Amino acid sequence: MQDFTRRTLLQGGTALAATGMLTGPALFDFAKAWAQSAPWKAEPGAKLTVMRWKRFVPAEDDAFNAMVAAFKAATGTEMNVFSESFEDVQPKASVAANTGSGLDLAWGLHTLPQLFPTKVLKMNDVADYLGKKYGGWTDAAAKTCKQGNDWLGIPVATNGGYMTYRKSALDKAGFKEFPKDFPSFLEMCKALKANNTPAGFALGHASGDGNSWLHWVLWGHGAYTVDQNDKIIINSPETAKALEYCKALYDSFIPGTASWNDSSNNKAFLAGELYCTANGISIYVAAKTDASKKELAADTYHALWPVGPVGKPTELQLALPILAFNFTKYPNASKAFVAFMLEKENYEKWLDGAQGYLTQTLNGYESAPIWTADPKNAVFSQASKRTLPAAGIGTVGEKAATAIADFIVVDMFANYCTGTKDAKGAMAEAERQLKRIYR
Amino acid sequence: MADVAIPRAKPHMSEDSAWTQLKHNRNWLGFWFMVPAMAFLIFFLAYPLGLGIWLSFTDTRIGRVGHFVATENYEWLWDDSIFWLSVFNTLLYTFVASALKFAIGLYLALLLNENMPFKAMLRAMVLIPFIVPTVLSALAFWWIFDSQFSIISWSLRHLGIINQNINFLGDTTWARICVIFANIWRGVPFVAITLLAGLQTVSPSLYEAATLDGATRWQNFRFITYPLLTPIIAVVMTFSVLFTFTDFQLIWAMTRGGPVNATHLMATLSYQRAIIAGQLGEGAAISSAMIPFLLAAIMVSWFGLQRRKWQQGENND
Repeated sequence: MQDFTRRTLLQGGTALAATGMLTGPALFDFAKAWAQSAPWKAEPGAKLTVMRWKRFVPAEDDAFNAMVAAFKAATGTEMNVFSESFEDVQPKASVAANTGSGLDLAWGLHTLPQLFPTKVLKMNDVADYLGKKYGGWTDAAAKTCKQGNDWLGIPVATNGGYMTYRKSALDKAGFKEFPKDFPSFLEMCKALKANNTPAGFALGHASGDGNSWLHWVLWGHGAYTVDQNDKIIINSPETAKALEYCKALYDSFIPGTASWNDSSNNKAFLAGELYCTANGISIYVAAKTDASKKELAADTYHALWPVGPVGKPTELQLALPILAFNFTKYPNASKAFVAFMLEKENYEKWLDGAQGYLTQTLNGYESAPIWTADPKNAVFSQASKRTLPAAGIGTVGEKAATAIADFIVVDMFANYCTGTKDAKGAMAEAERQLKRIYR
Repeated sequence: MADVAIPRAKPHMSEDSAWTQLKHNRNWLGFWFMVPAMAFLIFFLAYPLGLGIWLSFTDTRIGRVGHFVATENYEWLWDDSIFWLSVFNTLLYTFVASALKFAIGLYLALLLNENMPFKAMLRAMVLIPFIVPTVLSALAFWWIFDSQFSIISWSLRHLGIINQNINFLGDTTWARICVIFANIWRGVPFVAITLLAGLQTVSPSLYEAATLDGATRWQNFRFITYPLLTPIIAVVMTFSVLFTFTDFQLIWAMTRGGPVNATHLMATLSYQRAIIAGQLGEGAAISSAMIPFLLAAIMVSWFGLQRRKWQQGENND
């Protein structure tokens, strides 16, 4: 037992100041000033339990924790942050939504807030505030979080994935720069294979990598799972063309892509067996930070996804929205924390820490220093702009999220490419499953 | 106790209220002694099972209460080729893996039952695959069968036997072989050690007598070991079949049901549809569809165990 005297309290205060020093006095001062003037005042004695996805880049986590510490110091809000792996975030958030307890904030993937629109705290004021201050939200980011005119969550960032390739292999195959359309991309993959420096994209149940590149192929051909009115249109000549194109690509890939999960292409690329794939910036970051992989890092470049016959970018990037539950006892603290994270003083440092792994959803951050710090980072700044919402042209929401989670598009392509089903059979199976989900 | 209670109860019999009668009723008391166990079973076994079956008749999704849709989930699954593929995969997986586990396990048990140097150590070593956490061994197998970094492909390539990596988990047939192999590796110790325990209860004098009568080793096995071992075999194989049928971790860590659903078992498909894709009702229907198969497996061994013919040989009904 310790008596609380003025002296011990003072000591505590110094300790607190010391933590402030560690995370940067500027950040701490800013947080204090911000808390005074912010439109949302944290409830006295507020306590927030925050779940987030488990970081891939340690420095991103550090930047996040520094923000949390500054927020805690400035507002006196007790912060309990824990992280879960990608796969577990959604089930845990769903359970919290179901039982009405356990979490105040959840930072998840895809269209998480759309899964339980009746259980979230409307964030309209936060979205307005940030949108006005930082040049507006990108189209896809807004669609991901909005239901009608209501913001169900705030699109914190996008995890961009782009073409990652070895320049030496492309040079050898006779490609001065990375192809910009589908036919020349196929030509490049074939040439890479002929040189025994193959490309490879996951055709297995890889929720991130598999879904993103196969939706790109599908959408690039003007084919979609559903139209604007959520009518199923997967069984179409455009899809058939996409299947043909994908099969030709698959035949030029490194063997084994049908078994790949999200980490397979990272491993193969870093081991020097794979020369072109699509991935988050993590491959490059891993190579850059590994002293033994200096040459590989120097030879690794990024490029935008080639544009398909439809003539506009059709990327599928991973949205990372945060939501607050409406059963939280501290709605103002929750809103304040979300707004606080996205303020320039925090956000740009955070993007820095993420090293390109996170891309802004607010247009004002396009000039953030991270995108010019290394010219190879630049393409990733486009992720939130060039992506379509996860639903393609259909309604964003639970149904579209289910279709992605159940690998309907991935299985359709895999069925055809591995020769398990013909084009008609593969499309019919996807159509039947989609009808069930969109009933 | 009984003769103490009767004389005391008798004189009051005529004017006893129903409550006093009840108070002295031993069945009534017995019922209350059973209540904790019953509550435990109902709460932890019957309720979840019942809830699962109820969910399968609704369109519940994660985060939202469902409505009763009768057998709609089952009708949909009836025409779902992926579901039937998973049923086929599960049966193939269970049948092949269980049969091989039994064969190898019995062989190992017989081997370990012999007198040999370092017997205790060898017996302990057999258990190793069983001790390693399933997810760890599954991850190890995932590396062993990796499409780019497989140690098997690497060795064969360096020996000059093949010139391209074997597509272990990317080819449907290979993938099935690989997951079945991993399951066998994991399941053999359980069968072997349990059968070994059974073997040790067989009295050596039986073998001595048979040998004196000129029985061959095969006859020893066929007419002494095998009949005396059948009750244990029935129990072991029931468990083995149940574990294999409901396997989840191995598949999920190694293939996630891929390539193109070729290794999706009913358990993994149920998880994918219920938890990952959020359709609890449909996922519950898939796992409820496992119940008839599991019941059948239990019935076979249950009735088998009751029959003395199984336990004590052909002519002893």
